[in-house]
Amino acid sequence: MTAQDPVETFRQEAQELLEQIEQGLLDLVHRPSERDLIDAVFRGLHTLKGSGAMFGFDALAAFTHHCETAFDRVRKGEVPASPDLVTVVLAALDHMRALAEGRPASDAEGQALLDRLQQVVATAAPAQSVAAEAPPPATDGGLNHWHIRFSLPADALVNGTRPLPLLDELRELGECRVVAITDAVPPLKDLVSSQCHLAWDVTLITPHGRDAIEDVFLFVIDDMTLDIEAITPSAPATADAAPEVAPVRDVTPVAATASSDDGTAAQAGEGRAAKAGGDTVRVPAERLDEMMDRVGELVIAQSRLKQLAASSSDIALRAVAEEIERLASEMRDTMMVVRMVPIAQLFGRFRRLIHDLARDTGKAIALSTEGEGTELDKTVIERLADPLIHLIRNAADHGLETPEQRRAAGKPEAGQIVLAARQSGAEVVITITDDGRGVDRARVRAKAEENGLIQPGQALSDSELLQLIFAPGFSTAATITNLSGRGVGMDVVKRTIEGLRGAIELTSTPGEGSVVSLRIPLTLAIIDGLLVRVGAGRFVIPLSSVEECVELSPEQDRRSTGRSLITLRDQLVPFIRLRQLFASGQPADPHQKVVVVQAGQERVGLVVDQILGDHQTVIKALSGFHAEVGAFSGATILGDGGVALILDIGSLVASGQRQDTPLRAVG
Amino acid sequence: MTSTAQPPIEALTFDLQGETFALEAGLVREVLDLLPETDVPGAPPFVSSVINFRGRVIPLVDLRLAFDMVAAAPTVHSRIVVIEHELDGEPTLIGLRADKVHEVTAIDPAVTEDAPRVGMQWRADFIRRLARRDGDLIVIPDLEQIFAARGKSGAVVTPLFGPSS
Repeated sequence: MTAQDPVETFRQEAQELLEQIEQGLLDLVHRPSERDLIDAVFRGLHTLKGSGAMFGFDALAAFTHHCETAFDRVRKGEVPASPDLVTVVLAALDHMRALAEGRPASDAEGQALLDRLQQVVATAAPAQSVAAEAPPPATDGGLNHWHIRFSLPADALVNGTRPLPLLDELRELGECRVVAITDAVPPLKDLVSSQCHLAWDVTLITPHGRDAIEDVFLFVIDDMTLDIEAITPSAPATADAAPEVAPVRDVTPVAATASSDDGTAAQAGEGRAAKAGGDTVRVPAERLDEMMDRVGELVIAQSRLKQLAASSSDIALRAVAEEIERLASEMRDTMMVVRMVPIAQLFGRFRRLIHDLARDTGKAIALSTEGEGTELDKTVIERLADPLIHLIRNAADHGLETPEQRRAAGKPEAGQIVLAARQSGAEVVITITDDGRGVDRARVRAKAEENGLIQPGQALSDSELLQLIFAPGFSTAATITNLSGRGVGMDVVKRTIEGLRGAIELTSTPGEGSVVSLRIPLTLAIIDGLLVRVGAGRFVIPLSSVEECVELSPEQDRRSTGRSLITLRDQLVPFIRLRQLFASGQPADPHQKVVVVQAGQERVGLVVDQILGDHQTVIKALSGFHAEVGAFSGATILGDGGVALILDIGSLVASGQRQDTPLRAVG
Repeated sequence: MTSTAQPPIEALTFDLQGETFALEAGLVREVLDLLPETDVPGAPPFVSSVINFRGRVIPLVDLRLAFDMVAAAPTVHSRIVVIEHELDGEPTLIGLRADKVHEVTAIDPAVTEDAPRVGMQWRADFIRRLARRDGDLIVIPDLEQIFAARGKSGAVVTPLFGPSS
């Protein structure tokens, strides 16, 4: 394994920091005076600046510096964390992201952002500056006497914390007497020179309040022990008169000891502390993929062993084969769990989206999430991001009404969007619910008729009508606003979800809102399949879409040359001859079988030569060359080392609708 | 590319219908005997099948079709050269059919030149360089272009006297 490129490491760190800062900022919109949040954002910016400079991202460091300065003023209570400020800094984060990823970012844009930032800070400042002046004179213009006692964690020096600058900073606050406490220093033979055994007792006489002292320790406060005690009678007043932003925490004289036990802080991007302490290991995603590949190979080798053992009379060999089978399947299950990540990762990204949407549409939108702990395969989560963004945009853009309309309808002004996830068997169900106007059936019908998707006046059930929204070629003109961005329609969303072997469904009550539910399988890596033979080729049909298997009787076969239909329990089911579709060129077996599959709303029969049985299918992606063919979603390796292609039922049925013409070579 | 002391290119050479081709040795992962192939219905003839390469399913490319040659039945000398190459931005393992695989040789950049614009039966952009060796030619194919075009040869012969003739 090669060592990681330091620049890449920085980029990963920057990515995480930016996300933390973003979450902190979004929380600030609701709790603008929460001290922990402000500190967390400030610290994030500071760290980003520092590591940026260290790794040669000078433009990023310089740019971040301005935001940090602005937030320093927020922290000092000179400027409120107004929604305007948050919006500007959010925009600035996007710029930083571009800088960190090395994408071309225009300087002019950066400058414009800084100007806006400057402006927001300047206009906001005077309002609060009076209040900000207030705390220091709390002690009748006199001086505070503080007794400060602090110690650093033993590994502080190793982590780069240096006590001397801390002491220097304290000295800058006022008259200062420092005594080192050497009680904890071990006998020489036990002394580890890289550990910090000292604690300090400081008496400080200063015009500043407790906050100023805590600020000195801002970057180490999570892990250290810090006691600050006032030793003059006038001191308690300081705590009470501290600026409005302060009262949330730390009024207790026994201040912060190790890290963030209080829940709110942990939520607000305090991940750093947790990271340092937890016994988790960060592993690059591709190593997990590699491991999954190995496990896949193991499963394949194991199935070969099983075949060998089955044809042998050696009892010992059979026992070992069974043992290995059990281990391999346990290993597979463990590996699946390792690849699972909580969906919170994905949901977190949408808070920013909602913030921007609210700004752009002028609607008030409240996003709430449920079931963030629900876990899904890492790859699935990544591939869900785009469709979900689209669905949320749709909900905000088309679903929710303007505040005026909502008031007129007797609804609360702020529209609700609820993102929820829950596990249900081997699937995860994700729902996007809005309490907006609901789908306008008449408009959908008009649109579909206009686009030729249905005949004028065609009778449709309500669910069929709603389903039209996902049809290719259906896109309300309004869909292609700047919000919906790339102008992808719901059909693309549907296809993506089906590509994940999932399903999408829309229900809607006029006037009350809509619910889009996605059902997604837990993992993409291994599926249960039905192995079939067509000509000389073997293919896997995902078992989840198989309904039943029946025999194609010779007379049905003969009769159906003109029309490919069979009657199944009084229902007509169209079928596709895979042999024709795949142009396999060999004569058909006398007893062909029909595998009836469910594709979306339709049932379709696939005619195959032979059904070989169940198969634990380890999915291998096809290269770009074959992804274009479309009829196959992947391939798998069989027990005898051969390759079987996995049928993509959705696109197969779609191509079958264009009648049994053989798949034509793309080239 | 004319330059003074360019280090020689280490290249694996192989034959396709009497022509010698060369691939940078760094690209090559392995040379295999023929393996059972699985046809992919609907795929272009240039890459009509996949093989199981150590537990991975990789495409098998027939470069002959990019150079206007006809597919031929395998012989005892037929091999599969497995290379790692970018395909649509993803590093991908790809098998290449070869009639016969030769040794790895060093090709001096000084004896290579760009494909001439005239007198070529092949698509000029499919050829990165031509190298001279013992009065013979070695083709260094431009895999990037060939893969991007999915091997569609569409023989571009530069006419000598304009389209009217």
